[in-house]
Amino acid sequence: MLYKIVTLILGSSLLLAVNVHADEVNIYSERKEELIKPLLKKFTEHTGTRVNIITGNGDILIKRLEIEGRNSPADVLLTTDIARLYRARQKGLLQPVRSEVLKNAVPASFRDSEGYWYGLSLRSRIIVYAKDRVDPSRLSTYEALADPRWNNRVCVRSSSNAYNQSLVASLIAHDGIEATEKWAKGLVANFSRPPQGGDRDLIKAVAVGECDVALVNTYYLGGMLNSDIEEERKAASKVALFWPNQERRGAHFNVSGAGVTSSAQHKEAAVQLLEFLLRDDSQAWYARQNYEFPVKKGIEPGPTLKQWGEFNADDIKLEELGIHNAEAVRLMDRAGWK
Amino acid sequence: MPVTGTRIFSPRIYGNTLPSFRPRVFLLISISALLSLPLLVIIGSFFVPASDTWQHLSDTVLSQYIVNSLILMLGVGILTIVLGVIPAWFVTMYRFPGSRMLEWALLLPLAMPAYIIAYTYTGVLDASGPLQSWLRDITGWGFRDYWFPEIRSLGGAIAMLSFVLYPYIYLITRAAFIEQSICALETARTLGCGPCRTFFRVALPLARPSIIVGLSLVLMETLADYGTVQYFGISAFTTGIFRTWFGLGDSAAAAQLSALLMLFVMVLIFIEYWSRKQQRYHHTSSRYGSLTQNRLNGMPAALATFGCSLPVVLGFLVPVAFLIHWAFLTYADIVDAEFLTYMQNSILLAGCAALVATTLAMFMAYGKRRDPGPLTRLAVNLSGMGYAIPGTVIAVGVMLPLAWLDKSIDSFFRAEFDISTGLLLSGTLVAVMFAYMVRFLAVALKTVDAGLTRIKPSMEEAGRSIGVSGFKLIRKIHIPIMRGSLLTALLLVFVDVLKELPATLILRPFNFNTLAIRAYELANEERLADASCSSLAIVLVGIIPVIYLSRTISKSRPGHDTGT
Repeated sequence: MLYKIVTLILGSSLLLAVNVHADEVNIYSERKEELIKPLLKKFTEHTGTRVNIITGNGDILIKRLEIEGRNSPADVLLTTDIARLYRARQKGLLQPVRSEVLKNAVPASFRDSEGYWYGLSLRSRIIVYAKDRVDPSRLSTYEALADPRWNNRVCVRSSSNAYNQSLVASLIAHDGIEATEKWAKGLVANFSRPPQGGDRDLIKAVAVGECDVALVNTYYLGGMLNSDIEEERKAASKVALFWPNQERRGAHFNVSGAGVTSSAQHKEAAVQLLEFLLRDDSQAWYARQNYEFPVKKGIEPGPTLKQWGEFNADDIKLEELGIHNAEAVRLMDRAGWK
Repeated sequence: MPVTGTRIFSPRIYGNTLPSFRPRVFLLISISALLSLPLLVIIGSFFVPASDTWQHLSDTVLSQYIVNSLILMLGVGILTIVLGVIPAWFVTMYRFPGSRMLEWALLLPLAMPAYIIAYTYTGVLDASGPLQSWLRDITGWGFRDYWFPEIRSLGGAIAMLSFVLYPYIYLITRAAFIEQSICALETARTLGCGPCRTFFRVALPLARPSIIVGLSLVLMETLADYGTVQYFGISAFTTGIFRTWFGLGDSAAAAQLSALLMLFVMVLIFIEYWSRKQQRYHHTSSRYGSLTQNRLNGMPAALATFGCSLPVVLGFLVPVAFLIHWAFLTYADIVDAEFLTYMQNSILLAGCAALVATTLAMFMAYGKRRDPGPLTRLAVNLSGMGYAIPGTVIAVGVMLPLAWLDKSIDSFFRAEFDISTGLLLSGTLVAVMFAYMVRFLAVALKTVDAGLTRIKPSMEEAGRSIGVSGFKLIRKIHIPIMRGSLLTALLLVFVDVLKELPATLILRPFNFNTLAIRAYELANEERLADASCSSLAIVLVGIIPVIYLSRTISKSRPGHDTGT
């Protein structure tokens, strides 16, 4: 009797499990639903392929992928920074994809050399400064922010923040651990308040006079400049963007990117989706809707991004940032960067 | 007949067999084992060899994590007792303008998620917020010309958590005050104790076990909080766990940190247990006269109204006012058909979880009572530990055994029938519900347990002597008497699940959203205004049962209906 019941239950759930839709693709996304869904809808309209999505923190999604193993339903892992992509590849959760379309769309420094992941949009961590209190000619590089001249004038976010970790990882890659640790200590000494809040909070803190310069991602400034809320627009108008390290290596860039999972049951659709996200109109959407820079060259970025002018981007291999991520966190711990 | 709190059941009455051989006990222990499985997975991480991450942590930040978490617990503990116990005493014992409304209004902050209140207050009190901007406008000061308390600080976090957690203490303490025999209080009065001394010498000691139950819930919530401390940039234990995992990429060390966190909890549970044992006072009379509430007039009345409404204003009215203000700006873009689906998902999930948790709690508390012994006590205590563990950590603890089960079934079917069953449980609502039970059973268990101790064994004996036993006994005696406690358990779990974020976020199936997920995703992008509609919806859905519950408790005083 018991045996029969067990068989029945297992059998019926089996039917459910085997019932995999052929024309669908499943995404684990670190990108918030709000910031990707419109594109996914367009993809479905275009191809007829249904898109299923779960959002969440990148590392936890990676953990879920890892635990689910070869049975994981996920076909695509989408993250908002390079370190997670690197980590997923290290853990063997991604598979290489060879696609001429992807290769041609994404510059070599913003994709994995063997095709495990591809950048989809660019996010630069730059300096914002108070227009009325800072002469931009005094600003030069990330490194120079540790100068005592900036004592009690710098605001940053917590060192738990992935974007700060990537930035410090890039400094380690360029300047070495010792120099970067010395820099971090100098920067911590210049903090005008303990690290806290988010990037928009930092911009508001500069606007209100709590600090004179801050390290933020460009698209938050873009979002505030175009906000529905008057106070946000007002705060954003009091600060200006400075592209650091232009003389030599260029400003620090991170990517939001994606790779096809090792367990993917819809590999074809997954690749198709990545290609779709790199089409010209999708790339322009990233720029217009969320003020991120298109990873593809030659896309019209819209007025907000245009006003920030031309810039040089650091063309370090992004993998380097992934390699140095843990070291960056330890270094910030040692420097007392909370 | 005198009732002496805890040790009232002798094994002689309930049979001679060892408890562990009864099927009922076996079931109880199985459930407890199942629920502690995720925690054991985490504790098991201790046996993974420690990496050099530990050396780094103890050299740099570990002491900070511990100290900050302790300060946070101390601060929240003191503030919630003040905000919870004093109003509970006043609304129970006195009549003053607004006291009837405050009885239920004091529970309202229960519906407010901690991270939402933190985001909201920051939006208001921040240097760039409306308050300080206005201050600068009228005085002409610059930012550096004045001092203003920094909201994103340890003190700020203590305040935020206390504003939303004090209702646990208020709820349980008020129930205790209501149940106190009027005789004890009147005797105190006839012996010449003033109201103040009656409170400190009689009412407070009698209510102490209840206060401690509430306090331990509050402190466990405080330990598990991640949203608030993370946003405020405080290096607490939870932020440390996630930083070790995400930043250092060392999930083993992160699990070991979580196991260390559980040590904290065990200490808490022990203190609670010890304190109950120390309890020297018991109700000595079962005669409940109707409570006469003294009317306050003039200055005392004004003070009482002001003091008792303060927690409601701070924990509810102020944040809700700002949320409404923001919701007006954004609702057109946010509230659509999908929004209603989120709401429906939230309610269904919370409702199911509340029912399952209360049923389980009833079963376990009753089991502990029928078959007392170290084994059952340990089993019941273990299944309540998850309350202090951050949802994300529990989620991982839930995923691992479920995935193992799925994999075993899959391998079996692949080998025998050459078909893959894939994942049967992982990534379904079963996993989500499992995590809720691990995390929130403690709430239901404590409430139900407290209610159960109020039923005298003589009542059960009387029932048995006329041949009523088993489930019928529970239905005829326990459920009617414990109605208040059961409803409280239902409500607390409902509201907790409604607010729950991290476990739902990571364990949910594809395309499944709740209000809490919606609110968090937008607030996390620092789009506070856009998050306001979802936050308000959480609060609104939570308020309805809160008010209903409060009315039930007011009526639950023994003798209320019959007027004896």
